[in-house]
Amino acid sequence: MSFLRASSPHAHAANNTANVMQTVLLATLPGLLALTVFFGPGSIINILLALVFCLAGEALVLRLRKRPLGFYLRDYSAAVTAVLLGLALPPYCPWWVVLVASVSAIVIAKQLYGGMGYNPFNPAMVGYVVVLISFPLQMSQWPSPAPLLESLPSISASLSQVFTGQGLDAYTSATALDIVKQNNSQLISQVYADSDLIRSGSLAGAGWEWVNLGFLMGGLYLLYKKVFTWHAPVAMLASLSLFALLGYDSGSSQSGGSLSLHLFSGATMLGAFFIITDPVSSAVSNKGRLIFGAAVGALVYLIRVLGNYPDAVAFAVLLMNFAAPFIDYYTVPRSYGHAKPRKATEKQEP
Amino acid sequence: MTDKSIDYADISKKGLWENNPALVQLLGLCPLLAVTGSVVNALGLGLATMLVLLGSNISVSLIRHAVSDAIRLPAFVMIIASFTTATELLMQAFTYELYQILGIFIPLIVTNCTILGRADAFASKNGVLASTVDAVMMGLGFLLVLLALGGIRELLGAGTLFAGMDLLLGPMAANWELQLMGDDYPGLLVALLPPGAFIVTGFLIAAKNAIDHHQQEKAKAKQAPVVAGSRRVRTTGHIS
Repeated sequence: MSFLRASSPHAHAANNTANVMQTVLLATLPGLLALTVFFGPGSIINILLALVFCLAGEALVLRLRKRPLGFYLRDYSAAVTAVLLGLALPPYCPWWVVLVASVSAIVIAKQLYGGMGYNPFNPAMVGYVVVLISFPLQMSQWPSPAPLLESLPSISASLSQVFTGQGLDAYTSATALDIVKQNNSQLISQVYADSDLIRSGSLAGAGWEWVNLGFLMGGLYLLYKKVFTWHAPVAMLASLSLFALLGYDSGSSQSGGSLSLHLFSGATMLGAFFIITDPVSSAVSNKGRLIFGAAVGALVYLIRVLGNYPDAVAFAVLLMNFAAPFIDYYTVPRSYGHAKPRKATEKQEP
Repeated sequence: MTDKSIDYADISKKGLWENNPALVQLLGLCPLLAVTGSVVNALGLGLATMLVLLGSNISVSLIRHAVSDAIRLPAFVMIIASFTTATELLMQAFTYELYQILGIFIPLIVTNCTILGRADAFASKNGVLASTVDAVMMGLGFLLVLLALGGIRELLGAGTLFAGMDLLLGPMAANWELQLMGDDYPGLLVALLPPGAFIVTGFLIAAKNAIDHHQQEKAKAKQAPVVAGSRRVRTTGHIS
């Protein structure tokens, strides 16, 4: 009988990229379920289209770059990008919006920078921002949630809406963030009372609060599975809450909206648990992640309230992706058994 | 060095391809990125730049023995500024609408590094004829890249080509506009915005490098044909 000859570390958890990515995919299910229950099959169609376009784009570029196809396609990273993109895009948006977003995400933001592990920006957010600034009309059409609709769109009507632009009539309405943004000098309580959408929800508008709770659940599952650490999401939600509380000013006409609106509306939870925890494009150390998350939270609030767009997670994430190497530079942790590293700002001895 | 020893074909090749101001030297990026939203803007600015480059290269070459090294840059900049002002006034007189569209980017031709770069690197060291050829070829190289960028961005961003060419070429070009993408093309706005300019320029540079690489490979394959049955005589170096 021979002894085990493998050298340390002896941990043997099957924790490769594909498994982590599969766990992430699994964790998006509660959010996707909420989106489907409240907004109909649009998000599922988005995800399927994005999967086709993203995987095809990835395969095409890998072929051009003469890289092994199967190895990279089987690590599920392109699939995660596709699913996140499909969740972020408005349901029932035309198929070519998904195509442009997928190509921008996979071909430009990921593969042109060197592929898996080399992208400085989060691919799904690059794809989202490209279509957001390219097609403002299509990207601002969010469907009304189920409580305000007589019936959810059928699958055939949804498909014809996606592929021909006809099939659904008057299915869109302003989102809660749109409504607060377009506040014409009314008190926040009046704005909330006038809006069917916000009145029929208990936290941040019908449907939206459940979507965000779904992503929160998925995120907590990922935390439990130790896919990422708590630092970035907690810092983001804390700083967003702080800004929302400071900017609420007890609901005057200049108010930025209530805390629950900012936490449970738009893409807050999707961003906090699925986007800024991207291991490639965010900060590396725990201290760095705290700073990264807090800055994203602050930017999300500032762009939502002061910027031109109603939601801001994608912009905030991309801006902070720029800053991530800078944050890493100043937050080098002490490695075990070594002295504290010199600060980058300290004067170097000649 | 006399003008006779100068290889004009080489100057042309450098200006148009090997040392292209926009794709290789990456000079003059500010107008390159800012005004190439459509073919007509690109053509207008490209021609204006070429005119200034031509004037400045000839003048600098003419006075190259009279200007001392210490003050050459201010002298060159003043020459370039004079030609830019003249061009600006010409455009104001003949193509007023285009002049308004291009706006600040016409006076900014003064700061285009291509022009000062050619004045200092070429015209101040070479004769008038060579400098003229260099100016035309460099200007043409810059103009062609501007046109390619303008065409791609206009096509992607608005779905048209040659829209508004009458602003530059007069009424005969009024109906040159082509609707290549169909009437209900939604327009990829990002291509018209600054990020689109950077992305398209990146793709153009990549395409140029790919062509160069391909040609090098081909030249290499042609250079060392391995004869069938030739024996390997050394284990290092290539078989000759």
